Amino acid sequence: MSTAVTQQVDEVKSTPWSGGKSPFDVEYGKMMMWFFLLSDAFTFSSLLISYGALRFSAPTWPSPSLVFQSVPGTSIEHGAPLVFVGLMTFILIMSSVTMVLAVEAGHRNAKKEVVWWMIGTIIGGLMFLSCQALEWNHLHSEGFWWSAIPNAETLKEFWQHGANVTLAQQQMSSHQFANLFFTITGFHGFHVFSGVVINIIITVNVLLGTYQKRGSYLMIEKVGLYWHFVDLVWVFVFTFFYLV
Amino acid sequence: MSSETTHIHADGAAHEEHDTMTRGRIWKVFFILLGITCIEFIIALWLAPTYHWPSHWINPIYIVLTLFKAFYIVAYFMHLKFEKVGLALAIIVPILFIIGLILVLTNESHYWIDLRL
Repeated sequence: MSTAVTQQVDEVKSTPWSGGKSPFDVEYGKMMMWFFLLSDAFTFSSLLISYGALRFSAPTWPSPSLVFQSVPGTSIEHGAPLVFVGLMTFILIMSSVTMVLAVEAGHRNAKKEVVWWMIGTIIGGLMFLSCQALEWNHLHSEGFWWSAIPNAETLKEFWQHGANVTLAQQQMSSHQFANLFFTITGFHGFHVFSGVVINIIITVNVLLGTYQKRGSYLMIEKVGLYWHFVDLVWVFVFTFFYLV
Repeated sequence: MSSETTHIHADGAAHEEHDTMTRGRIWKVFFILLGITCIEFIIALWLAPTYHWPSHWINPIYIVLTLFKAFYIVAYFMHLKFEKVGLALAIIVPILFIIGLILVLTNESHYWIDLRL
């Protein structure tokens, strides 16, 4: 009887939360990265939900398939909606893949492979940033900027023919569109930029052999989490600015 | 007691080793993400304009497809599926607050549009 009771007490004490071991079984820095990303998710959600609320409450909105119908950097000015942003999305998903491959190589302690996949990820990030610079430059050349919209003649192009919208309505919603677009994609682009800088620092550390000495490439996983989060946010920005 | 703890730890490590991202799995997830994006493009460029689908049909479809993509990125690329359930819940449950903000601001924006019309 008494042994049965003791065994029961022991059993209760061996749960993950009874002390003596980490219940989440995750390294401190990685857990903190997760919690940082959670707070960042709240920031991006507030921005995107504000965008949603303003767009819902607007009587009209410039049509995404007409605003984004050119391929900046080429001579294609009309009739190619989603092509350029499709390329940008593909670049970012691809760089996410090279990032996971770097993490996977890190698990095998394969230093050379980690370096190559990290360089691939950095190149992907830089390509994405270049595309975004072209996209911004194109919109800016049309007259869009923070609190700035194109003239009435150009604005008309962003609505389907025969749409029953007044010029005042077009101007108001274009103002909102411009401010929200540059703020949200700018905030995301700044995240991509910081991600590229962090990736470069970590790659230099890999080359210096810091993680080899440490015996673990866990740091690659932590920057990987940040990089995938940037990709995750882009998935939402893409849907709500370019598709909806 | 102490030998039991080490035993559990060893078990956990072996389990993790078995259930992680292999190169094959990484490419599989990549093709799923690419496939979902292609479906979105087909809807946006071909199905919606050809058959004149109203936006209150296609927008929910886009959002569901986006949430699928988000799931694959978080679960596989960010490895959350293979972490302890406690950690996964600590990350996912606070996200529910965002749903609250969506509901509040959707309601609010309906009020704003009534003010404007």
